[in-house]
Amino acid sequence: MGVQLDHPLHAAVALPLLAALIVFPFVVLAIDEPFYVVLASRILIFALVATSLNLLVGFGGMVSFGHAAFLGAGAYVVAILMQHGVASAWIAWPAAVAVAALAALAIGAVCLRTRGVYFIMITLAFAQMVYFVFVSLKAYGGDDGLSLASRSVVAPGIDLNSDTLFYYVVLAFASTGFFLFARLVNSRFGRVLQGIRENETRMEALGYAVHRYKLGAFVLAGATAGLGGALLVNQNELASPGTLSWTQSGMLLTMVILGGVGYLWGGVMGAAALLLMEELLAAYTIHWQLGLGLVLLAVVLFAPNGLATLARAAGPGGRDG
Amino acid sequence: MILFLEQGLNGLQFGLMLFLLAAGLTLVFGIMDMINLAHGSLYMIGAYLAALILGSTGSFLLAVAGSLAGTAVLGMLLEISVLRRLYSRDHLSQVLATFALLLIANESMRILFGSQALTLNPPAVLSGPVELAPGFFYPAYRLLIIGVGLAVALLLYLLVSRTRIGMLVRAGASNREMALAMGVNVRALFTAVFGFGAALCALAGAMLGPLLAVEVGMGEGILILAFVVIVIGGIGSIRGALAGAVIVGVVDTLGRTLLPMSLRTVLPPTVAGNLGPSLASILIYVLMAAVLFWRPQGLFPARG
Amino acid sequence: MHRHMIRLALTLTFPLALTLALALPGAARVHAAERIRIGFLSTLSGPSAALGLDIRDGFALAMQQNGGKLGGLPAELVLGDDQQNADTGKQLVERLLKKERVDLVTGIVFTNVMLAVAPAVFEAQTFLISANSTPLQYSGEGCNPFFFSTSWQNDAVHEAAGRFASDKGYDRLVLIAPNYPAGKDAMNGFKRFFKGAVIDEIYTRLGQLDYAAELAQVRAAKPKAVYIFLPGGMGVNFIKQYHAAGLNRSTVLVGPGFSADEDVIKAVGEPMIGMFNTAQWAHDLDNAQNRRFVADFRRQYGRTPTMYASQGYDAALLIDGAVREVKGRIEDKAALRRALEAANFESVRGEFRFNVNHVPIQHYYLRQVVKGADGTLTNRLVSTVLAAHGDAYATACRMR
Repeated sequence: MGVQLDHPLHAAVALPLLAALIVFPFVVLAIDEPFYVVLASRILIFALVATSLNLLVGFGGMVSFGHAAFLGAGAYVVAILMQHGVASAWIAWPAAVAVAALAALAIGAVCLRTRGVYFIMITLAFAQMVYFVFVSLKAYGGDDGLSLASRSVVAPGIDLNSDTLFYYVVLAFASTGFFLFARLVNSRFGRVLQGIRENETRMEALGYAVHRYKLGAFVLAGATAGLGGALLVNQNELASPGTLSWTQSGMLLTMVILGGVGYLWGGVMGAAALLLMEELLAAYTIHWQLGLGLVLLAVVLFAPNGLATLARAAGPGGRDG
Repeated sequence: MILFLEQGLNGLQFGLMLFLLAAGLTLVFGIMDMINLAHGSLYMIGAYLAALILGSTGSFLLAVAGSLAGTAVLGMLLEISVLRRLYSRDHLSQVLATFALLLIANESMRILFGSQALTLNPPAVLSGPVELAPGFFYPAYRLLIIGVGLAVALLLYLLVSRTRIGMLVRAGASNREMALAMGVNVRALFTAVFGFGAALCALAGAMLGPLLAVEVGMGEGILILAFVVIVIGGIGSIRGALAGAVIVGVVDTLGRTLLPMSLRTVLPPTVAGNLGPSLASILIYVLMAAVLFWRPQGLFPARG
Repeated sequence: MHRHMIRLALTLTFPLALTLALALPGAARVHAAERIRIGFLSTLSGPSAALGLDIRDGFALAMQQNGGKLGGLPAELVLGDDQQNADTGKQLVERLLKKERVDLVTGIVFTNVMLAVAPAVFEAQTFLISANSTPLQYSGEGCNPFFFSTSWQNDAVHEAAGRFASDKGYDRLVLIAPNYPAGKDAMNGFKRFFKGAVIDEIYTRLGQLDYAAELAQVRAAKPKAVYIFLPGGMGVNFIKQYHAAGLNRSTVLVGPGFSADEDVIKAVGEPMIGMFNTAQWAHDLDNAQNRRFVADFRRQYGRTPTMYASQGYDAALLIDGAVREVKGRIEDKAALRRALEAANFESVRGEFRFNVNHVPIQHYYLRQVVKGADGTLTNRLVSTVLAAHGDAYATACRMR
């Protein structure tokens, strides 16, 4: 199997999907199932975050086991600002992104000096540090998390308490984010990043500032996860240490691997598949984790490159993007 | 003074139990180059088996022995049926597959034993304290755990440094390809090593069960600490696992008392009480990050 | 082009098919006013599962005695396990409110879960009958018309314990609680009524199971008594390890009622003998409803009920009485609220009335673990510590 550097975003796939997502709330509200608007927002948020992790793992070859740190940092920034009376999304969300980006810059600068399995472990170590920092901040809820008084305010008098309005905000961010991600991986930056994934030494020899490219990707992914955190905390109206825990990092990594590492749609498909599977199985049995475990195991053993490859194999063109 | 002594023993006790988990994990990681997230599940299964046998026979010794044997067999079956297929795969696939096994193990235990935690009691003769020095009482059961932990550490040392199997294991950990080339029966060796690691997990689970609680998910928190231990000690190194485990155990336990105490001199007691335990936890990960940064092979590297 | 069409069909059918699969079980549902759906969100797994299960069993017993009905309406329990985790609780309550469309929510054990889910329940204008957690956030200024408690304000049992410790002359004391809001509430409550010196306050991780480090600290501090607020499995382990460390030889252990309740006694055994604890209820409290409750509970489940079970039982009885009073018209929220406030039911703790903040005004008792006549360990009612006691926050409540 050759390495594929082109990851075109086909309008014929993306636009109908976007259209379907735009009409989605009308459909479920028409059949009086408002819960699915909430579920869809959740899936979109995780699709965005998982895609950002896919940029690291799949396109940069950096297996981060600490991505939850940035997700949680974004969530806590919004919640803490809210506690101090700053409810405006225009201030809180950029702040969340900025803090997550700064955290990623600092953590990435240290972690990227290591490789392979050591990189997995050092990102885990830093994420755990962030976790325990927030657990110790009793003023901001400690073990217990910090509840939001309400969702962020986008304009005087307009907050996001309507689930449908919030869904569209999430959809706007997730689709824009995904579009930019698709542009990025096909840009020069994306090519260089994939080159580094394939052979770091050779790229170094060719004169690329490898460390800077990797750090750039790390910060970008961290900032995107921070945005995801800002959205997630609005969805849950709660910032909790659980968002920062290593199991959350593991869940994000599971989404990426399940969806397809290094495939454009990998993060999106993984997030959707995992969360829908959870919902579907949970409706029938309280032991849904058993089913989830069996499905994940089957994916590893029989679809080694994730779900995105299954969809791809269904097309007669095979591996063409 | 007694406080330091007592906390030192507590740290040692915690560290030695961590070592039992870390020893198996570091061998699997070092020899098969495999990240096994389901290692903690074997610890959980060991604890449940011990609880089951203790409940039906009432004998603590039988419970420990049965749990050891049962978990070792289960571990070997797991290796033969699933894990063997993963050695040649990348770390990501291993993470996902063993994460799936972890979910399956957790849910199976929940189906079999219910979601309520089981509480066990240590044997009656060990349920009280022992007076180690005038006025210094220490729980007898924790002393037993320390004794067992030290005995296993010694046994492992002899096994790895003095026996033929140990030589093969060392060869595998320091240079897998070479060991393969030299005609070592790697398949059988891997299965045996895995079963042995599972037995050590079960020992930890059976010993800690009466002290803590036997419950679904008990393996996850301790698994992460075991990973910290093997990273600090050096992946593949038994000696490193022992040193790392004792360091983590002592830092965590002493940190939980000493940090609040020293913080209290500058901060109000409530604030110090809150901050202390978290700082101790952070300290462990700072240590791990520092080791990875300056000595990525760990404090006692296995590979020459 | 052909290729794209196939891929397009795949991308579109995947989410749509799943949506349909998800929606179908729900679509068949008819929303009938002739029954009542209770969202029972509780901690049903993990080391503290016994708490949630006791509340559930108490609640279910009351329903069963009523022939499966509450206030004349066929009742249905929709269970959710929050795993003692605020995140999980929040997601479950969204499902209970928006998908299952429950009429009432109850069952929540832990305050971290309560604080995460209550705002969503209030926003949905759904009544939240707490059978345990009653945090200060909903007792004082933040009191809410949709919140009712059939237990006790988070501080109150500890206030009683503080009074008892003062009366006993335990003047040097160490306090231990998990590092979460209810832990802080509990310690504040204790200190409010305790006159002696608190020489140390130790905060532990929520859900911690190994207390070796903390016990060493207690030994070094040499207090006269230790007061613990460690619900569920945390308390079981602490008490076992406290005795294994020999601390019982030098220091008295005092706890709230639930740290020396029947479930803990069963798990710990003999070392519990003599332990004093305070509660708003006791299984040997002498009134007709309580005798019936305890007898039926023992017959049904083969164990003696705990405080938690009694609170769950009372929660069901409160709902039963109120729904009967509004003649099953539970959509009339204003009427239902008035009926709940009236608390027209026979409580297992005798007389029952709500304060302005919808938290009971009640007696708090001293209990002691003793060996019963038949050799089993159990709690015995000793005396009344605080009579007709409200809580410290009610005066700040301006109920809308």
